[in-house]
Amino acid sequence: MLNAGDILETITMIQDENLDIRTVTMGISLLDCIDSDIDKACDKVYEKITRYAKELVPVCNDIEAQFGIPIINKRIAVTPVAMLAAACQSQNIVKFAVTLEKAANTVGVNFIGGYSALVQKGFASGDYALIESIPEALSITDHVCASVNIGSTKAGINMDAVAMMGRIIRQCSEKTADRECIGAAKLVVFCNAPEDNPFMAGAFHGAGEPDCVINVGVSGPGVVRAVLAKSKDLDLTGVADLIKKTAFKITRMGQLVAMEASKRLCVPFGIVDLSLAPTPAIGDSVAHILEEMGLETCGACGTTAALALLNDAVKKGGVMASSHVGGLSGAFIPVSEDAGMIAAAQKGILTIEKLEAMTAVCSVGLDMVIIPGDTPAEVISGIIADEAAIGMVNFKTTAVRLIPAIGKKAGEELNFGGLLGYGPIMKVNTASPLQFIKRGGRIPAPMQALKN
Amino acid sequence: MRAVITVIGKDVVGILAKVSGACAQCNVNVTEVTQSVLQDVFAMIMMSDIKDCNIPFTDFAAKMGELGKDMGLSIHVMHEDIFNSMHRI
Repeated sequence: MLNAGDILETITMIQDENLDIRTVTMGISLLDCIDSDIDKACDKVYEKITRYAKELVPVCNDIEAQFGIPIINKRIAVTPVAMLAAACQSQNIVKFAVTLEKAANTVGVNFIGGYSALVQKGFASGDYALIESIPEALSITDHVCASVNIGSTKAGINMDAVAMMGRIIRQCSEKTADRECIGAAKLVVFCNAPEDNPFMAGAFHGAGEPDCVINVGVSGPGVVRAVLAKSKDLDLTGVADLIKKTAFKITRMGQLVAMEASKRLCVPFGIVDLSLAPTPAIGDSVAHILEEMGLETCGACGTTAALALLNDAVKKGGVMASSHVGGLSGAFIPVSEDAGMIAAAQKGILTIEKLEAMTAVCSVGLDMVIIPGDTPAEVISGIIADEAAIGMVNFKTTAVRLIPAIGKKAGEELNFGGLLGYGPIMKVNTASPLQFIKRGGRIPAPMQALKN
Repeated sequence: MRAVITVIGKDVVGILAKVSGACAQCNVNVTEVTQSVLQDVFAMIMMSDIKDCNIPFTDFAAKMGELGKDMGLSIHVMHEDIFNSMHRI
């Protein structure tokens, strides 16, 4: 017999503490859609995605009703489109983005990721054209997300790509300046990008993945904050234990949904991403967990240590709850998507420099950070290079999703709406890294890469 | 297949009768009931067998939710697996 307390705990988590499945993401390989004629390739892409993902949204809605657990997003990740573009590179690559958008609309998913290129060691055929097309692709579509992997521990950092991405991020914002610069919010620059990440904007379906796969990302910062709020007298060992136990429960729910979705869709289960993904809703904030641990405001001295504890405990709790763990796995710190981060940034306590330090111990990087519209491309490239270096040396994923707010200055605000949230424009150190960025070339892989 | 029906809210006369009546209408067999009243707050947990339910599970859950709204209570119907997976190793 189930314990009444356990039952009520689960219901409170869902009703009052915003516990949900953040995303069920179907990964679909498009390698068999490659064609030297881009129109033929697009037809194959559309046909395959709509055939494979036809039941994705209805099945997720059914699971949602059966278990009483909200599934917030249903998404698709595809093979990096640069691999398809390689076969038809002199043609208008943006057609692929239009096709992905059409397919996303047909099957009714919230986002489709994979307008991506992996260039950590250099540009292969198709990569260059794809990256150049990103600003246009993101401005004419609503659901397509793009990502570019510019570095890895094994390959080092491709500084030519870093220089290019500073410019591309600015162009994404400029092209969508009339829509709160939303283009840049759909582009992530990665170091050590995982091939099975279910979270946007960085999801893509890696070349080593099976033909089709189901990956699930869980959430639940509100639940973690609520258990900590009830346990004010615990020391930090006790806090870590409590977070582990909570993360275990959250992840078990993710595993259950993943297995059920996999069974009903007849698609193999890939991974559960053990994440604390915040939303701008009150009570769904990672920053508020850190504050619950005893910080006056997120961004205060001690924030990095608190985040390190949180991130580690989430993984330790989650790893036993799932048969396969992958993706980004850890606490996210997207500024505009987290009510506590937004408030801390508005007060000027949470700065980009502090966020950079935090990215060394959390799961991703400088995420959803809005910067002044006049920030030069080389400064953005400098930020990317710094983040990539942290990822490369620490054998972890780091990412940069910056939104230059065209025509606006530090202290003003952008509002994207929905899960992407809103936030203040944060001050950036604009001392020029131009000569460093202009050198180009590749930063060699660190000693950590030589593990064999 | 078993479902857990939880009823939480202000105690009024006839909660058990109405909820179990709605279950019977849908051919849902109630196998176990625990309930408590703490300072006017009524909390009831019903284990039920839904394998012979005469409407789809999602409709049943929606119907019970509606009944809760009418009575000013919060009624949830959730599949047993969610609790087993979260609280049992």
